[in-house]
Amino acid sequence: MSALTDDTLPITPRAMRDEMIVFAAMALLLAVVPFTGIYPFFVMQALCFALLACAFNLLIGYGGLLSFGHAMFLGTAGYVSAHALKVWGLPPELGIVVGTAAAALLGLVTGYISIKRQGIYFSMITLALSQLLYFLYLQAPFTHGEDGIQGIPQGHLFGIFDLSKPLVLYYVVLVGFLGGFLLIYRTINSPFGEVLKSIRENEPRAISLGYKTDQYKLLAFILSGTLAGFAGSLKVFVAQNASLTDVHWSMSGEIVLMTLVGGLGTIFGPVVGAFVIIAMQQYLAGFGQWVTVIQGVIFVSCVLLFRRGLVGELAHLLRRSL
Amino acid sequence: MQALYAQLLVGLINGSFYALLSLGLAVIFGMLNIINFAHGALYMMGAFVAYFLLNLGGINYWWALIIAPVVVGIFGMILERTMLQWLAGLDHLYGLLLTFGIALIVQGVFQNYFGSSGLPYSIPDQLKGGVNLGFMFLPVYRGWVVVFSLVVCLATWFLIEKTQLGAYLRAATENPTLVRAFGINVPRMITLTYGLGVGLAALAGVLSAPINQVRPLMGADLIIVVFAVVVIGGMGSIMGSIITGFALGVIEGLTKYFYPEASNTVVFVLMVVVLLVKPTGLTGRAA
Repeated sequence: MSALTDDTLPITPRAMRDEMIVFAAMALLLAVVPFTGIYPFFVMQALCFALLACAFNLLIGYGGLLSFGHAMFLGTAGYVSAHALKVWGLPPELGIVVGTAAAALLGLVTGYISIKRQGIYFSMITLALSQLLYFLYLQAPFTHGEDGIQGIPQGHLFGIFDLSKPLVLYYVVLVGFLGGFLLIYRTINSPFGEVLKSIRENEPRAISLGYKTDQYKLLAFILSGTLAGFAGSLKVFVAQNASLTDVHWSMSGEIVLMTLVGGLGTIFGPVVGAFVIIAMQQYLAGFGQWVTVIQGVIFVSCVLLFRRGLVGELAHLLRRSL
Repeated sequence: MQALYAQLLVGLINGSFYALLSLGLAVIFGMLNIINFAHGALYMMGAFVAYFLLNLGGINYWWALIIAPVVVGIFGMILERTMLQWLAGLDHLYGLLLTFGIALIVQGVFQNYFGSSGLPYSIPDQLKGGVNLGFMFLPVYRGWVVVFSLVVCLATWFLIEKTQLGAYLRAATENPTLVRAFGINVPRMITLTYGLGVGLAALAGVLSAPINQVRPLMGADLIIVVFAVVVIGGMGSIMGSIITGFALGVIEGLTKYFYPEASNTVVFVLMVVVLLVKPTGLTGRAA
């Protein structure tokens, strides 16, 4: 079996420098968005999905684990945050914490079950688990079934930042995204990340070297789920609702698509992929169901023609780590 | 008691579809090492082909049972020749992603032309009506579905486990290079196997057309349950898929009678329980 990303470059000072430059450029670009006339709601939404895709990519790109149920973290954290804000009346920061913690707990439970099997079985188990949750949320009273949780109060973050102001909300979401991104970046460049990559490349060998690979995989799964949940909690403030579409398995497919388009196992790929897919949905909305067909075509052409994704191909071309 | 028997029958029918679909998945997985995410979409195509045959060509259900699997099987073989074969040797996750993309395209196209609502397909005249069994009333068509799919499942099992062709197939699964050295055209065999697996899905589609309405997304939600069935069964053997498929259908039916709230989730809950006790699945080999 060939590895998912066969040309990961070693971490050299040059690679680190490249990545830092690109990160700074990305942060700067995103920081000036409100002054460019680009619709900020679109960018905020894309940032939430970008963080979600980055969290997903941590698992597949570095651990070789294709989760086909990552929507469950997005949806669970969203529902819990929304419920905490609206019904319990918690302040925004606690709402985010509660939602993210729920995703972490979910990651622990589902991770424990799913990492018992590898490869496609792992994917199918995550998919089935997320569908199980979908039906639970469909029936549970607190999610309000098909209606979802609507009209969530945005409140004041730490009692200071008024999240109902689009500009304030934008920078809060941006800070959340950049923080999550840096955490993921730090993780993949840590000894933990190195072990994860070695599991991706050759698990039996990692086991023979004495690593308890199941523990590493579980930890990666929990971390990925937690960050995906964090993205889901942030998204509640942007969309002001939590609904079943966020838990449905087609959402998991979209997360996979975003990461694949940008480049599996590249640092910036998921961000680019998320922006491309969200922009596509925004501008192709008039085509109705053809959007599904277009997404399918992108899936197929990514797998057949440019398996490295946009950023992956670019990095390969420049022989740089991105 | 009437309601219990009725739910058991529904469970057996659903079990027939689970068995036919997971059987096809097992056959394809054995040869191509691909979990065919497009399986649900191809099942749906089977039902639609039957619908077209009846409404556009006036060709009845009995011909559809033969023609639809052949048509969809040929479509599948084209997919295999043009796309899937390029994935040989790659991580099998790419197969999952590619077939997922194919499923989106197929379902999207059908949704564009037929919307999301269902189209009716009437039960053939010969199978209309019902029989009073004394303890329950059995609609003939439902009994037919269970018996017919059981026969097809066992025939497939016989083909693969007991015939010369099946022996080649199993050998090629174990060691394609060696089998090729004996002068057997392995790539053609892979293509035919995909066609066979897909044909089974289409056959299930035709069978389900008169019971469930013909809709573009009829396979999309079913396939996830079938994946759970596959995880529970472990896809280690052909017989394993068949037995697990029917058994889970029945368990689902019983749940619908005793505790209807859990009927959507019981298969997934079972999957979790089985995984905790026996991670390889009931009949499974290590993946």
